[in-house]
Amino acid sequence: MNRAEASELKAAKAHTDSTARRRQGEPDREAPGYLDEFVRKLRGGELGSLPGVFCVVVIWIVFQVLDHQFLSPRNLSNLSVDIVGTGLIAVGIVFVLLLGEIDLSVGSVSGLAAAVFAVLNVNDGLPEWLAVLAAVLVGAAIGGIQGFFFARVGVPAFVVTLAGLLAWNGLMLHVLGASGTINLHERGLVYALTNRYFHHTAAAYGLAALSAAVFFLTSYQDRRRRRAAEVPYRPLAEIALRTGGVAVIAFATAYVLNRFEGLPLALLVFLVFVVGLDYVQRRTKYGRRIRSIGGGVEATRRAGINVVWVRVSVFAISGTLAAIGGLFLASRVASVGQTSGSSILMINSIAAAVIGGASLFGGRGSPWSALLGMLVIQSIASGMLLMGIQTTVQYMITGGVLLAAVVLDSLSRHSQKTHGRA
Amino acid sequence: MSTTPVLALRGICKRFGAVQALTDVELEIHAGEVVALVGDNGAGKSTLVKVITGVGPADEGVIEWNGRPVRINRPHDAQALGIAGVYQDLALCETLDVVGNVFLGHELCKGGVLDEVAMERRTRQLELMDTLSIRIPSVRVPVASLSAGQRQMVAIARALLSDPKILILDEPTAALGVEQTAHFLDLIERLRERGIGVLLISHNLGDVKAAADQVAVLRLGRNNGFFDVLTTSQEQIVSSITGATDNAVTHRKAWAWEAML
Repeated sequence: MNRAEASELKAAKAHTDSTARRRQGEPDREAPGYLDEFVRKLRGGELGSLPGVFCVVVIWIVFQVLDHQFLSPRNLSNLSVDIVGTGLIAVGIVFVLLLGEIDLSVGSVSGLAAAVFAVLNVNDGLPEWLAVLAAVLVGAAIGGIQGFFFARVGVPAFVVTLAGLLAWNGLMLHVLGASGTINLHERGLVYALTNRYFHHTAAAYGLAALSAAVFFLTSYQDRRRRRAAEVPYRPLAEIALRTGGVAVIAFATAYVLNRFEGLPLALLVFLVFVVGLDYVQRRTKYGRRIRSIGGGVEATRRAGINVVWVRVSVFAISGTLAAIGGLFLASRVASVGQTSGSSILMINSIAAAVIGGASLFGGRGSPWSALLGMLVIQSIASGMLLMGIQTTVQYMITGGVLLAAVVLDSLSRHSQKTHGRA
Repeated sequence: MSTTPVLALRGICKRFGAVQALTDVELEIHAGEVVALVGDNGAGKSTLVKVITGVGPADEGVIEWNGRPVRINRPHDAQALGIAGVYQDLALCETLDVVGNVFLGHELCKGGVLDEVAMERRTRQLELMDTLSIRIPSVRVPVASLSAGQRQMVAIARALLSDPKILILDEPTAALGVEQTAHFLDLIERLRERGIGVLLISHNLGDVKAAADQVAVLRLGRNNGFFDVLTTSQEQIVSSITGATDNAVTHRKAWAWEAML
């Protein structure tokens, strides 16, 4: 820091005149604004979450036209709970994608974790919290082991986790034993995860108000600090506009949820994970390292960063989130069986991350991508279910959306590269 | 230039197995001096750079820093002394923005959280950004969308952040266009004004003539002459690189070395 300061001082001394010139030429130090930045990003090929949002809107309109039950509070509320299990797994996938790698084992790991929990809690009578802890630790350990083989031994992540996909599924079947399916206790904590609702309307509205307020305050605080530091900052009107957007979405969601059972516990947990991990990913040194490895391994290594440790830890995060997601999925069906942790789960979670805007080429994406992508996938599934269409068609459509998302990802990367050469 | 050089190499030898890559190489860089290191492919330029940056330490010889002998065994040692390098491949993170790249590995934090505002402010204050900011819309664009010249500026800004005394530029103009090269040569001029010693490795003798004070020629892993740019013609440098003006001693040794292969 001191060296940086020293160099900055020198630079400032040597070129005070040019700095002064720059300041005079730029009396208004406000940023170009969201709109200009948005247009610039689009031109540069940074589509971000735009295709995902577009997808959700189109799907919702189409299904609402086809079946008026689709946008009913009941269906939307169920949708918001259904996205959580796979969504949490997809958040882990987003982290792995940020590294520029892939984790194919997440489905099997989630199944194994759920099986470990069910066997310890239901069959062996272990206290529930202990069984949950064991399941999550199993997920973290598996992620760490796979990460070690990838980062330290140098086996491609694709192959390591493909081996994991098979091995952990086998282990899950072994753990479940002859009994096949284990039903969860209906009064337990894990059962409550997806079946508990905060019925009081104040819960959902309170959460909506809180998110709008926090969004506004952080934006405003950022603006103040930027202004004080004389770097470009957002105009107040734009912050107000964005806060308004957040508030509309939050309150509309709260309104719909309150017209059914209220705020689902599962959705609350999911949002806490997404917001918390988004913060880690964007605002901490650790998050910056994950993204920098995804953007350029060699540059990161030369900057003196311990690449191996970051990689192992990210795979451990992916395993942990897969385990937690597995518990939610088990809670949703109140049981763990031999079909838990199928490869469809893995495919859906990866598809969700990519559809939501995480790049397969590393360095781009956010936990919000997982939420958005899951909304697309689950909306398709839910709409198809309402209309009584077979899962075969659902798979084909989801596959098509995934392909479209990957094509967009590749095109945007290409456009970004050619843009740079212009 | 009678003062003590910031960096001096004396009698540097380096071998890779049976191949003698460097033999008794001498080099001096003073503060505010631009030394060009030229030579044909395989002359030992990269090996010498690796010796200086600690990537591939020398087998024999002395490295002096401000007149005192020092050891550079790891990249970290070189960085600690104040030697920074910008390599041909630039080593940037494509998806991070300019600020993220400049501060990569040296991020500023406040209470455990990245202090983006402070980093952005300092990036904008780096004098390089005066030239760079004309050409990029914001220091918040990802490096992937920058041109080769802009990337070069980012890589140099990154190297200058640690306030180095010696800056090594490896083939800096290889990927640049004509106008960008002109900008780049201006930049070297500014580094010289700031008292930084620059070691410029280049194949382009036009750039060398334009930017450097001294030219050190390597041939077959040996010094093959030091020239003052002002008093030397390009032809003289070329013939020194190609060996047309080998002095007798070098020639005999080189001949013996070639016969050994």
